[in-house]
Amino acid sequence: MTEITTMHYLVVAAALFIIGTIGVLTRRNVVIILMSIELILNAVNLNLVAFSRLWGLHGQVFAIFVITDAAAEAAVGLGIIIAFFRNKETVNVDEVDLLKW
Amino acid sequence: MNPVATPFFFYFLAFMAIVSAIAVITRRNPVHAALSLIVTLLSLAGFYLMLYAPFVAAVQIVLYAGGIMVLFLFVIMLVNLEQNIREYQFNKQWIVATIASLALGGLLLFVYRTGRGSFPSAFYQSYRGLEGDNTQQIGIWLYGNYMLPFEIASLLLLVAIVGAVVMAKKRI
Repeated sequence: MTEITTMHYLVVAAALFIIGTIGVLTRRNVVIILMSIELILNAVNLNLVAFSRLWGLHGQVFAIFVITDAAAEAAVGLGIIIAFFRNKETVNVDEVDLLKW
Repeated sequence: MNPVATPFFFYFLAFMAIVSAIAVITRRNPVHAALSLIVTLLSLAGFYLMLYAPFVAAVQIVLYAGGIMVLFLFVIMLVNLEQNIREYQFNKQWIVATIASLALGGLLLFVYRTGRGSFPSAFYQSYRGLEGDNTQQIGIWLYGNYMLPFEIASLLLLVAIVGAVVMAKKRI
């Protein structure tokens, strides 16, 4: 088999990114939409770490910042989900139309 | 330096990551989706180990698979609806959304194909500081060059903690 290059990692990251995008755009359950956002962030992280193999540690440090932001985003997002579920008894995003005209 | 990134492990981890990522967005039950997401996160930790990033791999396992996913499972437990599982899981514009996302993927692959020469394809000239003292080097970077972003990240986490508590509280 051939040697594994940076391009292999980029293609895997792109596949994960696209799967995450499809999940965000097509699912109705808001918890699974948040999980798809985690998939997207992880795809970005894989890119950063793959490039840090070539150009030093900046990518890994940035990947740690991305993980921190993912933790903050998950906490706030899940808090919003709980508050929303308490009011509307649903977790489907297409039933969230309070701000729609 | 002999690479640990043997092709077999790479393809195995890529297969696991992508199959379980597809399972995340197709499963009906959110608990199954969360467990598939854990498999994806662990395969990504394997990728980080193959890329000589042991600290990021450990952070990935401890923080993502251990912390964030527990948070997700707790919220699934709190908001789980029996009737939600029986409902239709995809919204009305799912065909358009899938086509648009796949077009974006095609665009990414096209960019990768045309821009292939702009960076070294193999890991010939790998950065020497990555080998043994990875964690130490990251610590020096975090408290040296990246001091201000580090402090901003801590402030962001504080805001997120307060925000999550305020959001999830019944009455303030």
